Amino acid sequence: MISVKADIVVIGGGPAGLAAALKARQLGAEKVILIERDTELGGILQQCIHDGFGIHRFGKRLSGTEYAQEFIDQTERSDIEIKLDTIVLDVTPDRMIYACNSLEGMFEIQAGAIILAMGCRERTASQVLIYGDRPTGVLTAGAVQRYINMEGYLPGSRAVILGSGDIGLIMARRMTLEGISVLGVYEAMDKPGGLTRNLVQCLDDFDIPLHLATTVTKVHGHERVEAVTIAKLDKNRKPILETQERIECDLLVLAVGLIPENELSRNAGIEIDPATKGPVLDNTFMTSVPGIFAAGNVAVVFDLVDYVSLSGEIAAQGAMDFLNGKIDCDEPYQKVETGENVSFIVPQRVRPSANKTTFFMRVKSSEKTALLECTADGESVLEKRCRYIAPPEMLTFDLSCCGSKPLEVSMKKEEKL
Amino acid sequence: MSKEFVCIVCPNSCRLTVSEKDDEITVTGNDCKRGIDHGISEYKNPLRMITSTVAILGGTLPRLPVIGTGEIPKTRMNDCLDEIYGVSVSAPIKRGEIIIQNIKDTGVDIVASRSMNKKER
Repeated sequence: MISVKADIVVIGGGPAGLAAALKARQLGAEKVILIERDTELGGILQQCIHDGFGIHRFGKRLSGTEYAQEFIDQTERSDIEIKLDTIVLDVTPDRMIYACNSLEGMFEIQAGAIILAMGCRERTASQVLIYGDRPTGVLTAGAVQRYINMEGYLPGSRAVILGSGDIGLIMARRMTLEGISVLGVYEAMDKPGGLTRNLVQCLDDFDIPLHLATTVTKVHGHERVEAVTIAKLDKNRKPILETQERIECDLLVLAVGLIPENELSRNAGIEIDPATKGPVLDNTFMTSVPGIFAAGNVAVVFDLVDYVSLSGEIAAQGAMDFLNGKIDCDEPYQKVETGENVSFIVPQRVRPSANKTTFFMRVKSSEKTALLECTADGESVLEKRCRYIAPPEMLTFDLSCCGSKPLEVSMKKEEKL
Repeated sequence: MSKEFVCIVCPNSCRLTVSEKDDEITVTGNDCKRGIDHGISEYKNPLRMITSTVAILGGTLPRLPVIGTGEIPKTRMNDCLDEIYGVSVSAPIKRGEIIIQNIKDTGVDIVASRSMNKKER
């Protein structure tokens, strides 16, 4: 078996991995290896042909493919070693990576530091408890997006979409423009999951109806989807049987959420946060295993790719500090607690000696005006007024010095500013 | 005549009412000035970014994504898409290469939104 050594190995060549590999090389890592299981770099951005990416980083609305190309071009110009069509089989706590591809067979890499950037996966039908037949034509939104935008197939002619997050809305527009008749978007919650911009430009523009507090309860059809049954949900989110309705269609598109893909992390013994479903991270984006870092959607599902790239760069800086012996792994952690109206926060813990730390968080409920407050042992260390906060929109803030007291972050409702 | 829109300039999502009387357009329901501009634009000539794909021969994938160099009138979307669907290009292609110049006289070029190499045999 081939055995090589590298300073930094990045697993995953999507936006997080590309940003991490480039940053690590810029910071002076001599040998950087970037491993990607697909046959090209870019990750999920390669199927996102719509615009709206990169407003923070590039100051303009790029398509996902354009955003990816910026990073791919830079990576290909660098001397980062890119391994495409390569699958990582195992990552050990002492930073050994086992991988294989059709050119080199199975090989191992001893890494000085590892950055996990495997992204996330879509929830499937069985994960949202849809019963009935299991015919062809029940697809996740991402699969439909790949078929249409990259492979050039139309996977149906009459579609029902379950889930009103941004991915579901974007696909409603995309399918309509491709001539698929989108009969409606169904959302189990009583509020739409996506941004208003997408509700307007993806549904209203095409007169596609959005049905709130309604879900798909059954799939019909043997070879191919023939219809779905939908039903309204009561306050306890139980289907109201009298409202059941059969809708003839040949495609059910599921846009019902994303889960960070952490099989490799779990095998390496990395601690997972049940709130983010990603590794518990510290201020350098290091996981619970020293020298293994995480960035992008494997750590927590982001909504803006700009933040995904930023998280890759933070992890790269951390990985370099680890390589250079600048991280004291024996220094105890301070926990960062989630307070009022905060559903999660990343990083989940910090070292008292940390310099500037960037936090990412989501709120539980929408407010017009609110006060973001970070306290250390009850004493306020940061206050920031926020407008129009909502669960679909991730918030970020910097703390210049974390200190040695336990932190708590809350978002308190404020009356009109 | 009056029309209603949801403002998308910021997350506040103001409900705008745009009315026209004696050639004068007024916007109400907006919390800020940007809402007026957005309301008038949506009323008079709503613009949208155009993104789609074209066929590509000999590439690593069968479809090449494309994007407009600017927004086009919403009413011209189907017209422009029809022209895009009729186009086929050959690999290799570099991001930014013009695929259709001045599509349907809108003043907008359609360009490749990624690079694509030739497929290796």
